[in-house]
Amino acid sequence: MEQLLDLLDFGPFFDHFDTILEGFWATIRLAAAAAVLSLIIGTVLAAFRVSPIPVLRAVGTVYVNVLRNTPLTLVLLMCSLGLNDTLALTFSSDANTSYYWWAVLGLSGYTGAFVGESLRSGINTVPLGQAEAARSIGLTFSQSLRMIILPQAFRAVIAPLGSVFIAMIKNTTVAIAASYAEIATQMKSLVDLPSFASGTIPLFIGVAVGFMILTLPAGFFSGWLAKRMAVAR
Amino acid sequence: MTDSEGGPDLTKGGGPTAETAGDGPLVVVENVNKHFGELHVLKDINLTVNRGEVVVVIGPSGGGKSTLCRSINRLEPIDGGTILVDGKELPKEGKELARLRADVGMVFQSFNLFAHKTILDNVTLGPIKVRKQGRQESEKHAMELLDRVGIANQAQKYPAQLSGGQQQRAAIARSLAMKPKVMLFDEPTSALDPEMINEVLDVMSGLARDGMTMVVVTHEMGFARKAAQKVVFMADGQVVEENTPEEFFTNARTDRAKDFLSKILTH
Repeated sequence: MEQLLDLLDFGPFFDHFDTILEGFWATIRLAAAAAVLSLIIGTVLAAFRVSPIPVLRAVGTVYVNVLRNTPLTLVLLMCSLGLNDTLALTFSSDANTSYYWWAVLGLSGYTGAFVGESLRSGINTVPLGQAEAARSIGLTFSQSLRMIILPQAFRAVIAPLGSVFIAMIKNTTVAIAASYAEIATQMKSLVDLPSFASGTIPLFIGVAVGFMILTLPAGFFSGWLAKRMAVAR
Repeated sequence: MTDSEGGPDLTKGGGPTAETAGDGPLVVVENVNKHFGELHVLKDINLTVNRGEVVVVIGPSGGGKSTLCRSINRLEPIDGGTILVDGKELPKEGKELARLRADVGMVFQSFNLFAHKTILDNVTLGPIKVRKQGRQESEKHAMELLDRVGIANQAQKYPAQLSGGQQQRAAIARSLAMKPKVMLFDEPTSALDPEMINEVLDVMSGLARDGMTMVVVTHEMGFARKAAQKVVFMADGQVVEENTPEEFFTNARTDRAKDFLSKILTH
C-alpha cells in the first residue's frame, strides 16, 4: 500500500506545474498554427487534385503520396537539420523562432496531405449536378469550386477533419525532431530530474490528461459543427 | 399564380441579351456526332432553332434527346460537327465558354439547386458573380422572378425545404435571372409528382407565350401540342422526324414516330 501511494505521488508533478504549463503552451502554439496552415495547404491540394489541368493534378498526387507515406519524424528532421541547419534556410536570426516555424511548416505540410485527401473525398459526396448547374449559369471552374463545390465538401468532411486535427495535435509530440521544445520535450527533461524518481507515473497521467483537455473538445466541437452545418439534400 | 399577365417581362430589354441580338437563327446544330465509347449516341444531327421558337424534342429513352440538349451548352462535348449559338461557335473551354453558358439557360431533371444556399441566393449568384450586377439590383430582380414563378414566399428557405415542383420553379427562376437568349429544359418534369408537373408546365407555357426561345426535352405531349412551334422526334441517336406539333400528333410521316405515338397515346 505504501509503495502504491509512493507511485502515485503527484507532489513532484505540481512542483513543476509551471514548466508543464509552459510545455503545453508551446504545444498549443504549434498545433494552432499548424491547424490553420494545414487547412490552407489541404484546400490547395484538393483543388489541384480535381483541377482540369493535368500538371496540377500530377503535382497534387505526388505531393500527397510522398508526404502521407513519409514518417513525420523524418519530415521534421528534414526541415530542421536539412533545410534549417544544412541549407541555412532560416526564418529568423533567432534559432528558436526559426525552429518553431520549421516545426509548423513540417507538421502542416504533413497534415495538409491528410486534410487534402479528406476534402477530396468530401468533393466526391457533392452530386455532379451541382457542378453542372454552376457551369450552366456561367461560373468558371475556379468560381464553381470556391462557391459551390468546396463549401459543400467542407461541410461533408467536418467530422473526419476533426480526427485529422486530433491526430495532428498528438503528432506535435514529435516536434522535438525539429528541435522545437513542446510538452513531450519538457516531460522528458522532467523525468531525467533526480527529484522525479518517484513521480514519473503521475507525470505521464498528468500529461495525458492535458492532451485530452486539448483533443476531447476538438472532437466534440467537430461533431457538433458537422451536425449543425450538414447540407440537407 | 403562374400566369404571365402582369408579371415582369422576362425576355425583352435590359440585359446583355438585347445588345447582341441579331437576325439569324439562335441555335444551329450541324452534322453533330457524339460517342460514349462504342455507343454512337448522336448521329449527324441537324437542328435549327429560330428566335422566339419553342422546339420540343421527344422520343424513346436512350435516343439521344438529353445528350443533344446538354451539348448545346457544352455540358457534353461533341466529337464532330458544329453548334452555333447566336451565330458564334461554342468555345472549347475556359472563360469564353463560361460567357456563352451565361447566355444559355439550363433546367435539369433533378433541379440541381445549390443545396447550401437559400432560394434567393441561388437566383442572385449568377447575376452577382457572372454578370457583376449589384446585390440590391440582383435581389430585386430575383424577387420579381420568384414572384413570377409563384414562390416569392419561399425565398429565404433552403432547397431541401421545398417540394419538387417549387424547386424546379426556383431553378427556372435561377436560369431566367441570367436573362438568357435561349433556355434548355432537360426533362424538367420527369422527377415530379403528377400534381406538381402542371405548376412547372404552367410556368414554361408562360415563358413560351412571352417569346422565350426554348428547347424542351420532355415526355409531356400536352405541352408539346400546346406550346411548341416545332416537334423533333429522336430515336437511336438520329432526328427521325421534324414537324409541326399538329401534323406530328395527328399525321406523323415516319413509321418510327407512328409506332412511338401509338405506344404512348393509347392510355
